[in-house]
Amino acid sequence: MVVNLERTGFQQVAREQLPWLYALARKLTGDGAEDVVQECLVKAYRNFDDLRDIEAAPGWFRTILMNCVRDRYRRSASGIDESPLDEDSDYSLYGKIAEEDPWPYSDTVHVDFLHSFSEEDVWAVLDRLSPKYRIPLVLVHMEGMSVEDMTRMLGAPKNTVLSWLHRGRKQFERELWEYAVDNGLLKEKARSQ
Amino acid sequence: MITCDEAVRQLWEYVESELEALERQRVEEHLTLCRRCCGEMEFAEELRQFMASQFTVELPPGTAARFDQLLEDLETEGASWPMT
Repeated sequence: MVVNLERTGFQQVAREQLPWLYALARKLTGDGAEDVVQECLVKAYRNFDDLRDIEAAPGWFRTILMNCVRDRYRRSASGIDESPLDEDSDYSLYGKIAEEDPWPYSDTVHVDFLHSFSEEDVWAVLDRLSPKYRIPLVLVHMEGMSVEDMTRMLGAPKNTVLSWLHRGRKQFERELWEYAVDNGLLKEKARSQ
Repeated sequence: MITCDEAVRQLWEYVESELEALERQRVEEHLTLCRRCCGEMEFAEELRQFMASQFTVELPPGTAARFDQLLEDLETEGASWPMT
């Protein structure tokens, strides 16, 4: 059913999208979420005439937000191809946990490690990632975007996108370990045993 | 047979079924012979589920108030509202 949007009004439509728009922007850009959503709202307002059906509003707002994020991503990722493979490329959190064995009496030390993180902790780890790796990581592994769709969105070859994803995962693994060490997550678990 | 480094590099694509048939077969051949990489693969699956299950995000009251003000300003001042 096509709803007359002139009567509905931009404010009402936009307000309904704000919670999930902000949530998506927060995952993708961390502290930059407010700026990204603000940019999205201004662009959406200017192009509101393009939206013909209120039921298409979520997808329409999502596209605008993703374009705003993509533009920021392209700025932050400029020069990404020139950088050599860094030390994160072959990092193994699985190997690190096995090597350090923080809870020797546990048979499920790897799963225990992940369970030691609260939601707040994971946010803090994500915030440690550089945007050029964080955005592909969140889109594919938290938002369920396919590699093909991300390749189209970022305008990069599939192998390049896969390389960014690999580096992002490895940086995430390293930051999980370092955050756990820095914030006493391993000691807390040991004390509770 | 591919090396452990090569197998580990492809494990996430493997668990997400993103690999081409030949690459998938090579990873599977490696996994049948390498216990360490099986552990890596199982952990990659755990980590993948861990990431996918995270996060509820609330709109903070202060941020919601700023967006409310922006929406009011847009309707008042129209499309001339400056971009950040």
